[in-house]
Amino acid sequence: MAYVAIFITYIFINNFILTQFLGLCPFIGVSKNSESAIGMGMAVTFVMGIASIITWLVYTFLLVPLDLVYLQTLSFILVIAALVQFVELIIQKNSPGLYQALGIFLPLITTNCAVLGIAIMNITEGYTLMQSFSAGIAAGIGFTLALVLMSNIRERMDLFPVQKSFKGVPIAFISGGLMALAFMAFDKSLLTNLLG
Amino acid sequence: MNILFAFLIIASLGLLLGLGLAVAAKKLAVKKDERAEEILAVLPGANCGACGYPGCAGYASALSKGEAENGLCSPGGAETSAAVAEILGIEASAVHERMVAFVHCRGNNELTQRDYHYQGIEECSGAYMLFQGDSSCKYGCLHLGSCMRVCPTNAISRDALGNMRVDPDACIGCLKCTLVCPTKVIRMIPARGSHAIACNSLDKGGVVRKICSVGCIGCKICEKKFPDSGCTVTNFLSEIDYESPMTQIGEAAQACPTSCIVEAR
Repeated sequence: MAYVAIFITYIFINNFILTQFLGLCPFIGVSKNSESAIGMGMAVTFVMGIASIITWLVYTFLLVPLDLVYLQTLSFILVIAALVQFVELIIQKNSPGLYQALGIFLPLITTNCAVLGIAIMNITEGYTLMQSFSAGIAAGIGFTLALVLMSNIRERMDLFPVQKSFKGVPIAFISGGLMALAFMAFDKSLLTNLLG
Repeated sequence: MNILFAFLIIASLGLLLGLGLAVAAKKLAVKKDERAEEILAVLPGANCGACGYPGCAGYASALSKGEAENGLCSPGGAETSAAVAEILGIEASAVHERMVAFVHCRGNNELTQRDYHYQGIEECSGAYMLFQGDSSCKYGCLHLGSCMRVCPTNAISRDALGNMRVDPDACIGCLKCTLVCPTKVIRMIPARGSHAIACNSLDKGGVVRKICSVGCIGCKICEKKFPDSGCTVTNFLSEIDYESPMTQIGEAAQACPTSCIVEAR
């Protein structure tokens, strides 16, 4: 039951983009078409999931026993940076088209606050290893959900006669804000109603 | 002691991850086509887009994959085509003839009448939006120099009277000026062509005479008196067939009542 709660929490209630406003840069940057949005979402989900495991291990078995908890941010960033490089290599090898489409936003996952956010949240929430992993995956899915919804909205918006001054990014920001309002409807009461 | 641990932990973590990445980079290395880079080195690097590909790099990669035809690079010409053929191990294909841009108009504010005084931005498209330009002749040069600014090799210059001239030696045939010109008065002619018609007007002879003193009036002297000049008149505008021998073109140029046939070089 705890895992279901974690999934619902990180996909809907604490959606990284639309509720916590973390990782907004790819939210606007790579949401122009749904194909690259899905690719980006999968890359971030992968990085979040693996980063959750490794950072949890580093924290629990390295930093806590040696009383070096203050190195948390530094070591986490190190792990995340290496992971992102790894993902970049994989994507470049297996899907050059996606690599071109993601462009600068792929290496920028390194500095994506959503990834560091989930790593630190796992620690502050006191999750176990498996819980951390599922939280990472769930946060990634939530991120992908927001990105794909946004990209579909933007693809359709391209066909509508938007005012010239609002065309492109401005209207995307406005629709992003409206989506965030909608996601505000999910709150803790949803969890208690669903799971008792 | 604690500081030492901190240093060791971070250093070893970095080392471990770095090693892992090094191994991964070796395993997942993407093979780059070296020929594409060699081709890119022999291309002129003007990134003019005349070949139809996005810049020299795009053309080089298309060539290396065998998707593009050799010899499309007009700035490079025969030399580049031969060098590319050598890298690809194919026979040098016939190069398309070198074409240069030519402004088919000699009218200016002295010689051509004007409908109004244009005072907008210094851009031909701006003037063209207002009644297709200030000149009474709607086919000619607008003298605002958009072609001059778009030319990647600065081959186009403007003299004191406003006439635009393309330096045929500096022109790389990228077609950029022909695309930016709203009246389409800049067209391509073969670089070997000795003469060209310096008029673009399809107006009837009488109309041209009234508004411009150096326009082609469609009198057909060049076509009828000098059949070997290669000139033919259609729609009140003489045109040179560069495939013909053009033996009498010099005499035709002298006989032209408005001296509309000019030396292209």
